[in-house]
Amino acid sequence: MIHQYKLNGYNIVLDIYSGSVHLVDEVAYDMIALFENTDHEEIISQMLARYGHMEDVTEQELRDCLEDIQALKDGGKLFSEDLWKDVEQAAFQATKPVLKAMCLHVAHTCNLNCNYCFASQGNYQGDRGLMSFEVGKQALDFLVANSGTRVNLEVDFFGGEPLMNWDVVKELVQYARTLEPIHHKNFRFTLTTNGMLLDDEVTEFCNKEMHNVVLSLDGRKEVHDRLRKNFAGQGSYDIIVPKFKRFVEQRGDKEYYMRGTFTHDNVDFTNDIFHMADLGFTELSMEPVVSPPDEPWALNQEDLPKLFEQYEILAKEMIKREKEGRPFTFYHYMIDLSGGPCLHKRMSGCGSGTEYLAVTPWGELFPCHQFVNDPAYSMGNVWDGVKNTELGEKFHRCNVVANPDCRECWARLYCAGGCAANSYHASGDINGTYEYGCELFKKRMECAIMIKAAQQN
Amino acid sequence: MKRIKTLETRDLAKSLKTGGCGECQTSCQSACKTSCGLANQQCENSNR
Repeated sequence: MIHQYKLNGYNIVLDIYSGSVHLVDEVAYDMIALFENTDHEEIISQMLARYGHMEDVTEQELRDCLEDIQALKDGGKLFSEDLWKDVEQAAFQATKPVLKAMCLHVAHTCNLNCNYCFASQGNYQGDRGLMSFEVGKQALDFLVANSGTRVNLEVDFFGGEPLMNWDVVKELVQYARTLEPIHHKNFRFTLTTNGMLLDDEVTEFCNKEMHNVVLSLDGRKEVHDRLRKNFAGQGSYDIIVPKFKRFVEQRGDKEYYMRGTFTHDNVDFTNDIFHMADLGFTELSMEPVVSPPDEPWALNQEDLPKLFEQYEILAKEMIKREKEGRPFTFYHYMIDLSGGPCLHKRMSGCGSGTEYLAVTPWGELFPCHQFVNDPAYSMGNVWDGVKNTELGEKFHRCNVVANPDCRECWARLYCAGGCAANSYHASGDINGTYEYGCELFKKRMECAIMIKAAQQN
Repeated sequence: MKRIKTLETRDLAKSLKTGGCGECQTSCQSACKTSCGLANQQCENSNR
């Protein structure tokens, strides 16, 4: 399978199974489109009719190009075979995934009252509460005990707002560090925060201990304050932006993301990304809102072409700013063509419910943060482990192989089947398709690869 | 090749033999938390 597209003056051909990316001219682009299903003499005739007026298009030259295409095919870089068909079932049935990542919900409460919050203002439609050190300690012990030979373990302090339970976060980090030498593990901690309680003490600890910190900012003041408000209805922009600036100044070269959410109210979201960049932030992420379709801020079908255009605007602006010496990164455009994931990773889904679990403040386990407090998706608890093994098995099989739509999709090896929670919320089945999200994802991949082409051309 | 430039990419066929160590980051455990993509995940297998 191949995927061809034109963007920003580049003609790009992706060979799906090998992962190869080819940058071609107009003539080769058309020849590749015809190559597998058209007689090669006929291809030459068509190309001469279409491009014969061009100086460098001769019959001999076209034959050379056909040979080049054949050479790429013979070399496994074009029209390559489906590599996973022989291993798919064997690989999944024979392997038992081990736990390696945990989303610790240390606070099911929040000091902001954001309208669009998928976690229902932090409580996940349940009780408000904070995780005790004992529950968190048991969660870490459970993670280590079930992580097999994996060395790198990931723990995200999440909420609600995790800084509302800061002392427990620090205690848990310190406890985890004591486990590392005993069990030969390396903990990587992430903190996701709205910034309201960010101060120098938090910053100093984060810079020492947190592998990554995700800071929530939606962009322009009027956009951010429209939905990210406190319980008195006041916007939070003026409080958090100075804190974020100070935090990032002290962060040095350690990882962080300025992460925003865009909604129907700001489909021109690139202006929010550019606003973040203009504030001096360089590591940026902006996500489409996750929301029931009847909410006023939900994205709709009419927004889709506008969003496509926005992703193109973003890609072109990033190329421009890089040339000007003021680059910024966008999470979804950070594609790693030469050092990216292996085929196993690309086939095996997001890991929710298998290698990744969410833990509530009371120690209950869910497949991921987006399933928390959905009783149908309760998997067990940190003392007794995963009791709902049937559910665990279902998530283990949730991947690009399980979804028939994915089999026909050129982007499947860039997304591994997408987000199970999005699929569930859109279709009622974790193996279903969240078509809207797929369309956005494919557009982002086209843009990301185009940027790579521009950088190497 | 006059009309085709091939960018350097990871050989996925080879990765089938050397990959699968599982040490890389879990896809969602990063900046997004609401959508999934793994093209930006770094491979952490030093023997690839």
